Formats: sequence, C-alpha cells, structure tokens
Amino acid sequence: MKLGFSPEEEVFRAEAAAWLKAELEGAFADVRGLTSLTEMPERRRDWERRLGDAGWSCVGWPRAYGGRDATLAQQVIFAEEYARAGAPPRLNHIGIELAGPTILAFGSEEQKARFLPAIARGEEIWCQGYSEPGAGSDLANVRTRAWREGGDWVIEGQKVWTSLAQFSDWIFVIARTEEGSKGPKGLSFLLVPVDQSGVTVRPIHQITGEAEFNETFFDDARTAAESILGEPGDGWKVAMGLLGFERGVSTLAQQMGFRNELDAVIAAARANGEAKNPLIRQRIAKAEIGLKLMRYGALRMLTDAEGGRLNPSALTYKIQWATWRRDLGELAMDVLGQAGETVAGHEYAFPALPNLFLYSRADTIYGGTNEIQRNIIAERALGLPREPRGDLK
Amino acid sequence: MHFAFTDEQAMIAETAKTFFAENATSERTRAAMADTGIDKALWQAFTSELGLAGVAIPEALGGVGLGMVELAIFAEEAGRHTAALPLLASLGLAAPAILAGGTDEQKARFLPRIASGELMASFAAVNMGGTPGATLSDGTLTGAALLVPHGASTDLFVVAADNGVAIVERGALGLGITPLTSMDQTRPYARLDFGGVAVETLADPRAAVHAALTTGWLAIAADALGGAQACLDRTVAYTQERIQFGRSIGSFQAVKHRLADMMVAIEQARSAVYWAACAIDERSDEAAFAVHAAKAFACDTYTHCAGEMIQLHGGIGFTWEHDAHLYFKRARSNASLLGTPDWHREQVAGLAGLDDAA
Ligand SMILES: Cc1cc2nc3c(=O)[nH]c(=O)nc-3n(C[C@H](O)[C@H](O)[C@H](O)COP(=O)(O)OP(=O)(O)OC[C@H]3O[C@@H](n4cnc5c(N)ncnc54)[C@H](O)[C@@H]3O)c2cc1C
Repeated sequence: MKLGFSPEEEVFRAEAAAWLKAELEGAFADVRGLTSLTEMPERRRDWERRLGDAGWSCVGWPRAYGGRDATLAQQVIFAEEYARAGAPPRLNHIGIELAGPTILAFGSEEQKARFLPAIARGEEIWCQGYSEPGAGSDLANVRTRAWREGGDWVIEGQKVWTSLAQFSDWIFVIARTEEGSKGPKGLSFLLVPVDQSGVTVRPIHQITGEAEFNETFFDDARTAAESILGEPGDGWKVAMGLLGFERGVSTLAQQMGFRNELDAVIAAARANGEAKNPLIRQRIAKAEIGLKLMRYGALRMLTDAEGGRLNPSALTYKIQWATWRRDLGELAMDVLGQAGETVAGHEYAFPALPNLFLYSRADTIYGGTNEIQRNIIAERALGLPREPRGDLK
Repeated sequence: MHFAFTDEQAMIAETAKTFFAENATSERTRAAMADTGIDKALWQAFTSELGLAGVAIPEALGGVGLGMVELAIFAEEAGRHTAALPLLASLGLAAPAILAGGTDEQKARFLPRIASGELMASFAAVNMGGTPGATLSDGTLTGAALLVPHGASTDLFVVAADNGVAIVERGALGLGITPLTSMDQTRPYARLDFGGVAVETLADPRAAVHAALTTGWLAIAADALGGAQACLDRTVAYTQERIQFGRSIGSFQAVKHRLADMMVAIEQARSAVYWAACAIDERSDEAAFAVHAAKAFACDTYTHCAGEMIQLHGGIGFTWEHDAHLYFKRARSNASLLGTPDWHREQVAGLAGLDDAA
C-alpha cells in the first residue's frame, strides 16, 4: 500500500496546475469559482472547448479520441488540481462521465470516432433520458417507444427530470423497441439529437428556485439507424454498465467540490463563533472525517479497478457521499442560524450554503435513491433475497 | 499511489486470516475468558510458531521489520475473532513505547523478548481513563494506574507517569496488582498501585507516549474493523437461515437496509484504518488526523454493528451462549480505551483549523 505520488507524477501535477492557473486567472477568470450548473452556460461551453483544445478535458481517455491517456494517478491528480484551481463544474459532466465511458465500452469503432472527440472538445453536450413519469426507481418500466422506419429510429414518449437538457445537443434514451415486451427485456439504448422538431424540452423549477432539470417530450423524434449502442434489445445491459461509470474518477473531482463547501461552512463557523460550540465542532469533525473517507474509499476502489478487480465497496459509494452532503447542508444551516433563511432582493436565489441545504435533498434521490442503494448493497454485495415485484400498473 | 495490499501484504493477510480462523475459536476464547483473559497457547503459537508478533519491530531487535499496515492486518484478524490475546497491550502499546523512547540498551534488552512472546507487556496511560496519576521521583514511582489492559497477566508494564515513562517489572517490590472483573473478558483490566517502586525510565518519554498512543489507536481501530466485519458477516448468514412469516428474515427490507448500512459504515472504517496505517508508515502530514479519524470512526462503527447484531438475532443474540455479546463488549471496550470517539473527533476539530482566527 502506498498513498504518496512519485516525482514524475508530481511533475504532471505542476504542469496541470500551471495550465489551470493561467487560464482561470486569464481568459476564464469570469467562470472561476462558479458553483451552479445553470449559470453562464455560453461561457461554460467556451470553457469546455478550451479544455478540449488543450487536451485537458477527458484526461483518462485514449489520445485517439481526444483524451490524454493519463494513468489513474494522473487522473486523480488532475481532478484535485482542477478543483483546487477553482475551475467550475463541468457543463458537460453527463457527456464526460456517463455518455463517453458508455460509448467507449459499448460503442463501435465508428461511434467512438464520431462521438468521443466531440465530447472531449466540448462541442457536443449530453443529457440522460432515463426517468419517466412511470419509471423512476423502477427504471425498467419505461414506456417510451422506438421503432425503425427506413434509415431512422422513430421515438415517441416522455422523459422527465432530464438535467441540463436545455443546454444539450444529444440525449441518450432508453426506449422500448420490442412491442409488448416488459421490464428489462426489449429495451434499446439510443443516441438522439435534441435539436429537432420532434423533441420538446420544458424546464421544471426545483425547490432551489433554479431550473436545472426538464420534461423532455418525443413526438415523431428521429435518429439515424446506426445511433444505437449495442444491439436492439441490449438497452438494459448498456444502461446497467453505465451505472458502473457513475463511480469513476469523477468522484474525486466531485469531492474537491465538497472540500470547498466544507471549507465555506468552517469559515462561516469561525466568523460567527459557532466554531467554539462543542456540538458544532463534533459535526464539523464528522464531516471532515467523512470527506477523507470518501477520498480514501475512492482511491481503494480505483486502485482495484485499475488492477481489473471490482471492489464491492464501490456499491456503497453513492449513499455515502449523498448522505454526507445532505448532512453538510443541515450543518451549514445550523452554523448560519436564522440568518441563512433570508436573502436580500426579490429573486428567490440563495447563496451557496443555504442553496446547498436545499440542493442536497436531491443528492439522495437522483442516480438511485438511498433506499434503492440499500437494496442494491443488500442484494448484490451481501447476497440477500431480492425484493418481490408487485403487479399493479 | 496504490491503495491496495501489495502481493506480500496480501499473503500476510491470508496467513493471518487462516491462523485466527483456525485457532482463535469461540471455544478457546471462552475458556480464556473464564480464566485470565489470555489464550496462552494461542499467544505462544502466534509469537513463536508463526513468528509474526514482531511485525512492526525492526529485524535487528528480533522483529520482522514491517510496518503499520501489517500490524493493522493482524489486529483486524484478531478482532474478527475477538481473540483473547495481549496483542494491543504488548505489541500495540508497550513495544512501540520502548522502541521510540528507550535507549539502545533498553530496546535490546526488552524488544526481542516481547517479539518472541517470552515477555508479555502492557501499557498504563495514567492520564487517560480518569486515573489518579503516578509520579516519578528519584527513581521511584508512586501512585496508581486504574485500568491497565491485561494488567493481571503481563510481565512488564510501561507506565506513562505524570513526569516521565517508567518500566515496571511484575514482582517489583511495592507493586500491587488487583485484577478487575471486566465487562469485556477478552481484555480484562487490572489496577496497579505503585508504592514507591524502584523503576528504570525511558530516555525519551514524549516520543514513547506518542508512539504508544499512535500505534495503540491504530491497533484498536483495526480490531474494531475486524470485529464489525464479523458482526455483519455473521448477521447476514443468520438472517438468511432464520425463517419467520414463511420467509427468511433477511428478505425483509427493514432488515436488508440495516445490513446495508452496516456495510456502508464498515467500508469507510476499512478506508480509515488502512489510510491511517499508511499515513503513519509514510510519515505523512495527515498521520495524526488519520489515526484520530480511524479510532473514532472504526469504534463507532463497531458499536453500531455489534448492537445491530444482537437486535437482528432476536432472543438468541441476548444469550451468553451466542458470540454476539463478545463483540458487543469488545466494541464497548475499544470505544472507551485511550479516548472516546467524541474525544478523538475533538482532536480532529482542532486539526481542521476550527481554532484558527476567523
Ligand atoms: C435533481 C435531479 C436530477 C435528475 N436528473 C436526471 C437525469 O438527468 N436523467 C434522468 O433520467 N433522471 C434524472 N433524475 C431522476 C432520478 O433518477 C429519479 O428521481 C430517481 O430515480 C427516483 O425516481 P422517482 O423520482 O420516480 O421516485 P420513486 O421511484 O417514485 O421513489 C419515491 C420514494 O420511494 C422509494 N422507493 C421506490 N422504490 C423502492 C423500493 N423498491 N424499495 C424501497 N423504497 C423504494 C424511493 O427511495 C423514494 O424515497 C433526476 C432527479 C433529480 C431529483
């Protein structure tokens, strides 16, 4: 076991840090320190492009597809430096973390060449079309249908809670392509352009007041016959493979964001004297410990993955970070006191910490709720019996 | 960066797993509990036959010359079986104190015999655990240490007194040893009274105490990790066998979710323990933070998992015959020994900069 980095890796760190600093103190000073995903979307797109042009967008991908062939340690280092530099959350995070790795794993050579460089260069932003009004936790219950018509797939149906669809160029959709099929059978994983008359995106306002997610309607929407990952009917397999990528190196970048949030809570506690309150000190210490354990848990999981081993502890990561962040939101409000509950002006838009209190309620819901995570851990990691299925419609 | 066992460490872990699984059986542990709290034959086998007791003692001093990761591996496996051994007292506390604070002569005199198992040693931290204290003056020690782990059985005591660290041998004139009936019978305490005992002292008391506490906290955390994992594994097995309402109780979601939560905590405890072990070995700036974090988190996890083990076993879990109480009691002892989780978190709060100027 070894935690430290080698001298060559430290050279890589210095290179990454220097580049980030130059950009974020220079041409991209205006996006430095942004936290919300919906602010300044056009500049965020510019930033994605800049990262892509300089080869710093998807450092772990093969060079042939716009990546940098970075080793695991280098990916870890880049994630750390990215956040340390105050670089903004990635507008294309769904493309980079979900669509891209899925295409890498399941795509044909043509599909990889067609889609991956465009993601790496920030030219095409992606969103995820899984959830539907009748298919949330029970994702296999999707009703959106698709069928072949000439050289196209035709798509009919509705997705919901589609994050960032309003900024996206492409959406990956799970649709039912075998008529009369049920559950995980007969689904396909389609890649669909958003900018067409058959696709309508309607923003939905969230409890924070922002509108990051949307309803997405497909009415005679079309995509080319070859825009399918895997074979028709393989959709569930591809979608489940993707769940594995939700726990990749990006978790470390995400943790650096958490670090900044916890630092803000500590700064607030020091400023208003709550840092002396023994109960608050216990909770801050718990948060500090929890954050470190996320980091070292991720390093364990990634080291194992690099060696080709799947560590079952990977299954515990989602509930771990989601719960940690929800607790941090509550702690932030307890530190701020009632002062955190008001904001000057007429707009319902709270600053970072109160917003964290609100936003973090979503963390335990999207990407599989905490309850679903517990089912997964119990069934897949501990081998307990599966939940029975009912037959209500 | 490679946060997984090396091939050598994986082999050591395999050896430790097999050794404790085969030898540290519930039967033998219970026999030791009814006696002195030490399975002497097991200690003999561990120290001389396996020859791995001195994992963290240098080879020149009769040890194996490995580090904290390897020590944690042994402590974890011992914890998994609630082994009745002075692993913590002798190897986790006394040996590192002598190694860090003793003169070359003292190290050469004591450490090879501790590594070989010939000497069992313990450690008395008089300022922790509400003890009245002990003071050195003119080469004699006066006072008391209230809660010395395995104190009634060990041959040698490293005593962190108010003004220095003393080495006291069993049988020294003026030393009174009172065995205490202890809730955790796998690590019973004794009270030591020092009535002007003539002692030798360690050359560097600060280094001795620091090393003993750091290693001891890590060893307790690793023991807690192994114990918590055993609670989960055994409870999962039981809930799959036990049928109520025509189904295995492990099929009830209320039960599944509690077992899942145990795993979530245990995986974090595992990261904490091996992070701390590496940080100490690599002399990282994070070492102090890491070991406080590991002690607090792993002990809380053990307490939680051992409680869940009793609850999810129902009545059988409340019997003396079932092993659940061995874990439950050792979890309690681990949590309170050398600083409670709250105390360790308070140290983390300080290290996290809460006391810096706003
Ligand atoms: C901010 C945000 C962004 C999102 N972004 C996207 C996106 O980009 N793309 C996308 O496709 N989806 C997205 N989602 C949707 C998200 O994945 C779903 O909300 C989630 O899977 C839960 O589904 P649901 O909302 O239908 O809740 P339901 O499935 O109806 O769940 C309601 C409650 O019932 C519990 N429950 C359900 N089934 C079980 C069970 N078997 N056992 C125990 N408890 C159960 C749940 O845990 C939950 O507490 C987003 C959601 C949010 C909040």
